[in-house]
Amino acid sequence: MSTNTPTEHHEYDVLIIGAGGAGLRAAIEAKQRGLKVGIITKSLLGKAHTVMAEGGMAAAMGNVYEEDNWMVHFRDTMRGGKYLNNYRMAELHAKESPDRVWELEQWGALFDRTKDGKILQRDFGGHRYARLAHVGDRTGLELIRTLQQKVVSMGTDVFMECKVLRLLHDQDGKIAGAVAYWRASGEFVTFSAKAVVLATGGVGKSWKFTSNSWEGTGDGHAMAMWAGAELIDMECIQFHPTGMVWPLSVRGILVTEGVRGDGGVLRNSEGERFMFNYVADMFRSETADTEEEGDRWYEDHAAGRRPPELLPRDEVARAINTEVKAGRGSPHGGVYLDIASRRPAEFIRRRLPSMYHQFMELAGVDITREAMEIGPTCHYIMGGVKVDADTAATKVPGLFAAGEVAGGMHGANRLGGNSLSDLIVFGRRAGMGAADYIEGLQGSATLNQGEVDEAIAEALAPFNRENGENPYDIQRDLQEMMQANVGIIRTGSEVEAAIETLENFTERVQNIALKGGRQYNPGWNLATDLPSMLTVSKCTARGARDRKESRGGHTREDFPGTDEQLSKVNIGHTIAGNDWTGSIKTEQIPLLPIPAELKALLEEGK
Amino acid sequence: MSDVTMRIWRGDSTGGQFENYTLEQNEGEVVLDVIHRIQATEAPDLACRWNCKAGKCGSCAAEINGKPRLMCMTRMKDMPEGPVTVTPMKTFPIIRDLVTDVSFNYAQAEKVPALLPPPMPEGGYRIFQEDVERSQEFRKCIECFMCQDVCHVIRDHEDNKQHYAGPRFFIRYAELEMHPLDTNDRRDLIRKDMGLGYCNITKCCTEVCPEHIKITDNAIIPLKERVVDAHYDPVAWLGRKIRRKTKVSAHDAAVQPAP
Repeated sequence: MSTNTPTEHHEYDVLIIGAGGAGLRAAIEAKQRGLKVGIITKSLLGKAHTVMAEGGMAAAMGNVYEEDNWMVHFRDTMRGGKYLNNYRMAELHAKESPDRVWELEQWGALFDRTKDGKILQRDFGGHRYARLAHVGDRTGLELIRTLQQKVVSMGTDVFMECKVLRLLHDQDGKIAGAVAYWRASGEFVTFSAKAVVLATGGVGKSWKFTSNSWEGTGDGHAMAMWAGAELIDMECIQFHPTGMVWPLSVRGILVTEGVRGDGGVLRNSEGERFMFNYVADMFRSETADTEEEGDRWYEDHAAGRRPPELLPRDEVARAINTEVKAGRGSPHGGVYLDIASRRPAEFIRRRLPSMYHQFMELAGVDITREAMEIGPTCHYIMGGVKVDADTAATKVPGLFAAGEVAGGMHGANRLGGNSLSDLIVFGRRAGMGAADYIEGLQGSATLNQGEVDEAIAEALAPFNRENGENPYDIQRDLQEMMQANVGIIRTGSEVEAAIETLENFTERVQNIALKGGRQYNPGWNLATDLPSMLTVSKCTARGARDRKESRGGHTREDFPGTDEQLSKVNIGHTIAGNDWTGSIKTEQIPLLPIPAELKALLEEGK
Repeated sequence: MSDVTMRIWRGDSTGGQFENYTLEQNEGEVVLDVIHRIQATEAPDLACRWNCKAGKCGSCAAEINGKPRLMCMTRMKDMPEGPVTVTPMKTFPIIRDLVTDVSFNYAQAEKVPALLPPPMPEGGYRIFQEDVERSQEFRKCIECFMCQDVCHVIRDHEDNKQHYAGPRFFIRYAELEMHPLDTNDRRDLIRKDMGLGYCNITKCCTEVCPEHIKITDNAIIPLKERVVDAHYDPVAWLGRKIRRKTKVSAHDAAVQPAP
């Protein structure tokens, strides 16, 4: 029989929560510093959402265009993020990502090559030069397998299918561990650690149409906030322009931007390449005026400007949304993504093998012969835990965050390819930050037992209720509500309605009743995910209410332009007391001022 | 659309039984969609493992009408008339319902000696596309472990797990052996400890691979040639291949038993 107190306890120097790219890279760094490292993942090792990344990782190695360098990459990232970025993160990312990619190669990654044997780089939206190191359209798999194999070869403890419920403090309020349960047995386990690195990924599962797996429930975002950290930019959600729309059961599954990078174009039901009608002033000087010019660019970037299909994702997603609303959509409510008429079948199968496979098997569509039907899908959250760029430290001592769970790097909109490089640049920095922090620690820590007991009692409560709600009903309603009220285009009244409804959801979650036992019970697992989903959804809705402008992954129909004052601030959220039902405080936080020499880079070609 | 009956194995390590769930079908659904609908309504405690739902993570492997498949890539419309039977992978111990304990595979992964590359020159290694392609094929592996599930050597003989790595790890070893940067020599390990000789080349693994990796032809056979050439008799191998039956005992089939 399962017991109601922890049956196991483990001690580590560094405890890493999440086993995607950022978590694994942090683990490698901390191990290399000679520390005892434990990794916890709620899935099996190697299944994290990183595996879904397709197109590549952005790094200004200059293998295809020698003109490329970190300064151009920095500029592209800041412009893509509509200048809401933490400039220092964007700077470090642009400077360090080439070394991180070469490092992966030394650990076994096998990237596609240029003719002269260097790592090949591909074009993606918002990047001035071909910059994405890649392996066909399965780059995320290559990244995670390489890091996984490195971590395993270093002999790291990995706790698989173990779900963390809450972070734990010590007597001084520093982070000192976590309480979790094994999914297979339902038994509780506690961890003490001198430092904890959150690398838990995103939040997309709170929307109805998403490219995210069941794991994207914002656990790290929420746990950090409950533990005293601050979340920023939570209104900035990336709706990837190209998700599958049909059949309904696969709606939301990602179609890589690599399709457009490799020559694919978007057309409406009238056959028009409509993106030419949606070039914002900010991007006009660097975007092709005609189809002919755009097509020349694919051959040689000096011979023309980039086609508008390769504008940053927020621009493309909004344009698709507008076309569909104007009645020029495809039969299932998307638009057409056409590479069949533009590239030979052999090229498509070689460059985009998993897209070929995915459409053939799931939709019965041969992408070498027919256009794909696609539409926006909730993909990525730019917002996250506010961290120090150099160390990945949050404001809570002992707590670090890297990857999608951290905020700031991507500003209001992330460029494609900047996520995988973010993971390895800041995963490493989180490992370093944690190791440096531990060196300065003094005294011993005692875990706050009250927090352990509370988390366990809360997790078990749904088993003790005779009558109550099915967690799946709550999840479905939440997804539909967030999609309708805090989706790709928002208005003040809908966002206000969402904030109000989310309070009802809090009550509903406190009335969940579960069937079955604790052993590998997905209903229970969902019940323990829902508090996180609600916390991040509340922050997204509140941020969307307060940012009365449109910027990147946040579009307000009632405030379509940008606002000068809001261009200088993040919207931040904190919660009172390690408690998911606590009241949230939302306020404006000034952005870091950009040093003059970096600002000059942004002015260039503006 | 018409209703469908799902016949799902439910239970744990102590035993279990089939339970039937009858529900409406929706257009375009895959088996995993139907399982999810059962979870969301009748059986929130129905255990199944999944992540990406797009054939990229390999989490949702199960046996559908007796054949190992990814539930997320198996369309309901391709199923024959009548109930659809879903059972957990047979080769691994049951945790609950459709979820099995696949730790055997993670234990095997720990035994693999890592890549040992030469120091990287300034500006990165120079490697040509044709030299990365051989290993790239094996790196497509999504670790669904269906090749392990279907391999007779361990499917029918629990004892063999102690000295047999299985097809997933044979392609891993082949990948490293063919890796353009690798300088490690694993041939002795593969021959002595990984049980490569137990594989009798029935190609069941290749047949179930959702990534269409030619496990037998491109990895196992070249690996065998590489590590057992001294002991290896191609005529005997061919004879066994021609005479192969649907089910062969691992011991009968062993080309080169582990010492």
